[in-house]
Amino acid sequence: MAFLIGENMTGGYGKGADILHDCTIGVEKGEIAVVVGPNGAGKSTAMKAVFGMLNIHTGRVMMDGEEITSLSPQARVQKGMGFVPQTSNVFTGMSVEENLEMGAFIRDDDIKGTMEQVFELFPILKEKRKQPAGELSGGQRQQVAVGRALMTQPKVLMLDEPTAGVSPIVMDELFDRIIEIAKTGIAILMVEQNAKQALNIADKGYVLVQGRNRYTDTGEALMADPEVRKAFLGG
Amino acid sequence: MTDILNAIVLLLNFLVIPGIAYGCQLALGALGVTLIYGILRFSNFAHGETMAFGTMFTIIATWFLQSNGISLGPIPTALLALPIGILAAVLLILGTDKLVYKFYRKQKSTPVIYLIASLGVMFFYNGLIRFIIGPDDRIFTDGSRFIITAREFKEMTGLDQGMAFKMTQGITIVVTIICVAALFWFLNKTRTGKSMRAYSDNEDLALLSGINPDRVVMIAWILTATLATIAGTLYGLDKSFKPFTYLQILLPIFAAAIVGGIGNPIGAILGGFVIALSEVSVTFAYKRVIAYLVPESWAPEGLVQLLSTDYKFAVSFTILVIVLLVKPTGLMKGQSI
Repeated sequence: MAFLIGENMTGGYGKGADILHDCTIGVEKGEIAVVVGPNGAGKSTAMKAVFGMLNIHTGRVMMDGEEITSLSPQARVQKGMGFVPQTSNVFTGMSVEENLEMGAFIRDDDIKGTMEQVFELFPILKEKRKQPAGELSGGQRQQVAVGRALMTQPKVLMLDEPTAGVSPIVMDELFDRIIEIAKTGIAILMVEQNAKQALNIADKGYVLVQGRNRYTDTGEALMADPEVRKAFLGG
Repeated sequence: MTDILNAIVLLLNFLVIPGIAYGCQLALGALGVTLIYGILRFSNFAHGETMAFGTMFTIIATWFLQSNGISLGPIPTALLALPIGILAAVLLILGTDKLVYKFYRKQKSTPVIYLIASLGVMFFYNGLIRFIIGPDDRIFTDGSRFIITAREFKEMTGLDQGMAFKMTQGITIVVTIICVAALFWFLNKTRTGKSMRAYSDNEDLALLSGINPDRVVMIAWILTATLATIAGTLYGLDKSFKPFTYLQILLPIFAAAIVGGIGNPIGAILGGFVIALSEVSVTFAYKRVIAYLVPESWAPEGLVQLLSTDYKFAVSFTILVIVLLVKPTGLMKGQSI
């Protein structure tokens, strides 16, 4: 079984209609799993379900062999999950350094080492560490957001469209960093609009359509599949 | 030359110094309003009564100290009694939070429902205060009245005009500086303070980061009760304690918080001084100042007062309306209302 997996999840927001139908997504340690699909396919919803932000009435979420289905998002953070929301993912009025500090709020030990690691990963943040995060560019802001999530030293990092609204160059740069993070042994689960580029770096890919798994395979295999190419990757 | 100096001293004595002291009191009050707005996201109408409640217990403790012959010499005994007042206000406000606001937090109510609830709390406090201490005017200032009297100033400078510096004004300014410095140190340097800023900035992300919302809310109320009691006591020392005036002072305090940019502590302080100084300068009679500056024959016959002091609240209202029309986020960048 995968290190983190949401199995056969069915559910939606509040008392509304079900958005996910028997959907399964998972990721192994040190690997990158990418969830792609057309607009409204329930990609972000699937990830939020894994993180406990909506109720699933069937299925379960397992991490490291332990069932965490009924835990709150906060409790899942304590268990070692890091989540980077798509929007409002930094404290805009606080400096970069304070953002990272707040990311590590649940830790009581010395966080200097982790902060240095984040600065090594994203050197630009070290330069701008006294600047309010709200004044940074879109790409730099995403780096702060990812850095903030890394401060808890998570075992799993979940990214909701990390490249939304950044330029192609910055996107490549961000993907490179994400690969580096995965190499340190962290499992990365990511939802992406830029399906092609994302599947290129993915160990595992999930194509969702209307809240259901349509294709599941390695990133490479999905890229090679003519049907997937035609329907989702623009030929 | 002496005439110009006299005019300046006159302005300082009757306009600038009282304006600054009043500004300090408004600033401390507005800080409490802005903190609650930043953390709980509603305008707390019970803030004026919280000030009155804390001040009331400070007065009762002052009476107790006085009757036991304890005093601080030239400094008002009320400062020694202040911790009792703060404690009473903190207990009251935490009790209110538990009985009233907590319910609405669980319901995830909209800000306007909180606001109406706080209006109810205001009326309750209002009755409670009148029940305990009554509606009358209380003067509880003791110690020496002046740091510099007008006569001493005249003897020192040889000018016709004297500049008095009241003990209560001096204490207001010193205490405000200490409170503001301590508050900013807390918000910017301590982990708890930073977590409060984070919560105010982005509640969802703060929850994701493991910041405990109950603790943040509790500390916000404690700080608010403390600031409210200090502001109320300083105002009461400087003028007098009358429960009704604490209801009235709510308007300039809200005006200060909104003008400065609600949710922004620096804005609250700035707003306090903007409101106080405009209120004082619009209702000041400039006759004698002008008389010093122009030849005798030009001296005005009227008081040269733009607005009667009865209308001083109109000043806060006008500034409030102008700021909301022109710059809804306030002078410093605050949240838009």
